Amino acid sequence: MIATATKTGKVTGIIANLVTIASQDPVAQNEICYIHVGEERLLGEVIKIVHHDIFVQCFESTRGMKVGNMVEFTGEMLEITLGPGMLSKIYDGLQSDLKKFDSLFIERGQHSAALDAESLWHFKPLAKKGDIVQASDWLGEVLENAVKHRILVPFKVSGKFIIESIVEEGEYRIDDVIAVLVNSDSHKLEINMVQKWPIKRPIKFYSEKMRPFAMLETGVRVIDTLIPLAEGGTGFIPGPFGTGKTVLQHAIAKQATADVIIYAACGERANEIVDVFTEFPELYDPHTGRKLMERTIIIANTSNMPVAAREASVYTAMTIAEYYRSMGLKVLILADSTSRWAQALREMSNRLEELPGPDAFPMDLTAVIANFYARAGYVTLHNGESGSITFLGTVSPSGGNLKEPVTEATKKAARCFYALSQRRADQKRYPAVDPTESYSKYLEYPEMQSYLHEHISTRWIQQVTKARDLLIRGREFRDQINILGDDGVPLDYHVQFWKAEVIDFIILQQDAFDAVDAMTPIERQRYMLELVLQISNMDFKFGSFEEVSGYFKRIINVLKQLNYTEFKSDEFESKNKELKKIINEKRIS
Amino acid sequence: MEYKAFQKIFYKVNRINKATCVLQSHMASYDEMAVVHGRLAQVVKIIGNNVTLQVFSGTDGIPTNAEVMFTGNPPLLKVSTELAGRFFNAYGKPIDGGPEVEGENRPLGGPTVNPTQRKRPSELIPTGIAGIDLNNTIVTGQKIPFFADPEQPYNQVMADVALRAKADRIILGGIGLTHDDYLFYKNVFENAGALDRIVSFINTTEDPSIERLLIPDMALTAAEYFAIDRNEKVLVLLTDVALYCDALSIVSNNMDQISSKDNMPASLYSDLARLYEKAVQFPQGGSITIIAVTTLSGGDITHAIPDNTGYITEGQLFLRRDSEIGKTIVDPFRSLSRLKQLVIGKKTREDHPQVMNAAVRLYSDAANARTKQENGFDLSDYDKRCLRYAKEYSEKLLAIDVNIDIDKMLDTSWELFGRYFKKEEVSIKEELMNKYWNDKS
Repeated sequence: MIATATKTGKVTGIIANLVTIASQDPVAQNEICYIHVGEERLLGEVIKIVHHDIFVQCFESTRGMKVGNMVEFTGEMLEITLGPGMLSKIYDGLQSDLKKFDSLFIERGQHSAALDAESLWHFKPLAKKGDIVQASDWLGEVLENAVKHRILVPFKVSGKFIIESIVEEGEYRIDDVIAVLVNSDSHKLEINMVQKWPIKRPIKFYSEKMRPFAMLETGVRVIDTLIPLAEGGTGFIPGPFGTGKTVLQHAIAKQATADVIIYAACGERANEIVDVFTEFPELYDPHTGRKLMERTIIIANTSNMPVAAREASVYTAMTIAEYYRSMGLKVLILADSTSRWAQALREMSNRLEELPGPDAFPMDLTAVIANFYARAGYVTLHNGESGSITFLGTVSPSGGNLKEPVTEATKKAARCFYALSQRRADQKRYPAVDPTESYSKYLEYPEMQSYLHEHISTRWIQQVTKARDLLIRGREFRDQINILGDDGVPLDYHVQFWKAEVIDFIILQQDAFDAVDAMTPIERQRYMLELVLQISNMDFKFGSFEEVSGYFKRIINVLKQLNYTEFKSDEFESKNKELKKIINEKRIS
Repeated sequence: MEYKAFQKIFYKVNRINKATCVLQSHMASYDEMAVVHGRLAQVVKIIGNNVTLQVFSGTDGIPTNAEVMFTGNPPLLKVSTELAGRFFNAYGKPIDGGPEVEGENRPLGGPTVNPTQRKRPSELIPTGIAGIDLNNTIVTGQKIPFFADPEQPYNQVMADVALRAKADRIILGGIGLTHDDYLFYKNVFENAGALDRIVSFINTTEDPSIERLLIPDMALTAAEYFAIDRNEKVLVLLTDVALYCDALSIVSNNMDQISSKDNMPASLYSDLARLYEKAVQFPQGGSITIIAVTTLSGGDITHAIPDNTGYITEGQLFLRRDSEIGKTIVDPFRSLSRLKQLVIGKKTREDHPQVMNAAVRLYSDAANARTKQENGFDLSDYDKRCLRYAKEYSEKLLAIDVNIDIDKMLDTSWELFGRYFKKEEVSIKEELMNKYWNDKS
């Protein structure tokens, strides 16, 4: 950006973070401006224009601002900087590197560079002189932690270019020129390892977006087994407070099979971010054995940061994800919580005195959410490689009501729905994902089904359906028992109910704080599901309903110990023997 | 708050309603304090030359030719160690008859702490109340409210917690406190000989309601001074935050804003987060812990105030009257401390997490048994044992008059398990079972 400062205006009004500005110069919608308050320059974005009145949302506190303060328009939209060195960083919603601030407080008007200008990167060319390239093609790569970070032809380059020269393998800084491109008009471009892109505009430099077909493993049994998330898919987790949204998201962030994890804390508690950056540098990625922080980027917009930056934070996360996807990587975005972003939109809409939609949210909420979720996906790049963005957002429905506008709008956009139930949370049945209300549309995809056949077992889908049915029926039997009383129903109702409880306790419930139980690889999930279904297929002989509950509690107890034990260890096998012994006590083959 | 007047001008006041007035000026800056007809006010909106002022003590008697002074400053509090042991009103003026405090002026509602400068909370705050320490352990740097119906003894519980918490400094923000409750706190603190550790900012129901908007910011600005400048462990008590929200809605209504759910302003989440996020643990040792009270109407937690609060705070504590034992208990189902995972089993005995979960699960089985009983069904032997267990659990552990240390709470739980249940019914990790199972009782 070259600061020409030719376009200016003057503040004419202030309501919280909405600033009105009068300007005679041409100004674009979503253009970025700086409002001068004393020595400070406060960042703002144009969100509405009426004649010469320009409405700007200010990303910082407007305290002390006065009518007549000078405003400088930049001519650019809100952009972020893309290049090697983003992994392990903790950014605010506008991509300032928070660790570069040395003061205790984030002072107003303070910004810091997203990348480290002085770091040296070992660049290896992937293209050669004379190659014809276009935007997003790979010129070379550097190793960023364990990730092969491809250096791309900048997205803003339009048309085809020929590589006139490219540097040899060696150490370079991000600002060093690594290639010179030239087009048929002899227009020359010097390319380094950094580029900029406006966050509200999707990066679409791929040849095809495909239907997701592969499962994204999370190690969380209720998700992988019953309601699988697809690589390149979308999902959302609505739940009242206290039902364990954050714990579930953290578990997924730790365990998911992805190359890059972007954790966007959007209007959330600061202590939760502290949790992530305290824990992740200590924990290891179970798939690569490297530190978790090495593959993680945190976008931290805590709930007490200015509201406008909250909206920007989810777009910043998505844009960074699209950049890494263009390198052929598997990216997972976890956004907590998208409701806060919708509320930020509502606050602005309210100050703009727009006519409100349902619950005072802006009318275009559904469209905004749908467009955003649509930026995820599994894509094939121009060079035949593939990359993906899987998006999993939480929603915080007000009053726990799943009919509220944000949940409804998200339900239309996302393909997996993980309903957290207050009832399960009250019973401390965590993760509190309701197995009957939640769904994954990906299970219906033929390409996903054949993937599961091939990678898990040919009987897998059948078994999963069976487990689901047993859970639904177990719930019906429970209701019957509650209505008619323990001895008012046939003994078999108790048996059916307790068989469903076995699935609930052993497959659905999982201790996120236990070193072994926290993460279950898919091979172990296959084993456990099979074991549990075998038990539900058995016939037992009981004298009374009291015997039923006592007996199944013993089975559940041993199976739980099994979940806490290292898979296929000696202890595991001895617990297994104990289980067989209990089963044989009552089993009539 | 004391401001040097540098500009004394008479303005034409165009519009006056209950909480705000609008006047013509080109001098005003956003958020600054002004004095209107001798009363403190704050700039909340500027449109061209029209400046909207929120008048804290109400607009009654303000004439259209009122004398208005702009101070050029945001709301301020003078901070120093002289704050200790004193009682102030919403403007930071002494109400205890003592002298004005000398010190440095600090603006209220300062900037956000850089998240990377925070430390993960890891120090537990023992309160002696098992419903809290055992099931919902509170940690320094945490923010947690009591959700309580107005008739429940939340002020007594808060006072107990405050005195047992071993904090270096306790800051009480009384938002619309009844005069009786104000005297209650004053007496309890005085009798405990703790007055010199305590700073109070009090707005009673006798004071104008808009003034309440200043109380939390005053309390938290003082808290930041003690936690940062003096490296102290600070405990902030805010009661009752629901009345703060009511004041917000009055102002927003007077400014003709479209309200969202339950007539609350659309910005309620941000407004509350701005306060509660001041809770922090610093690496240097200082910390701010916030314990608040949000009163409910008829136990309804889906109302916008408790709902938004629950999404911001790190858990919530529910008080409930247990008619069977005739005491108030901390409800184990609806209460939650999100930060307890950071300390239980780490700073407390290894069996803490599992004992806590098993005890609550069995208590929940007792609740099911009670439903069965009420519906006239026969109870199984297990149901009957659950009910007996629940009564004792409630009496010995959940009741708010319990005051024991955490090891004793765990021992008591094992004792109850052994008395009423078989090993497999308790279902705890085997190695812990072997070590702590107690069937002698």
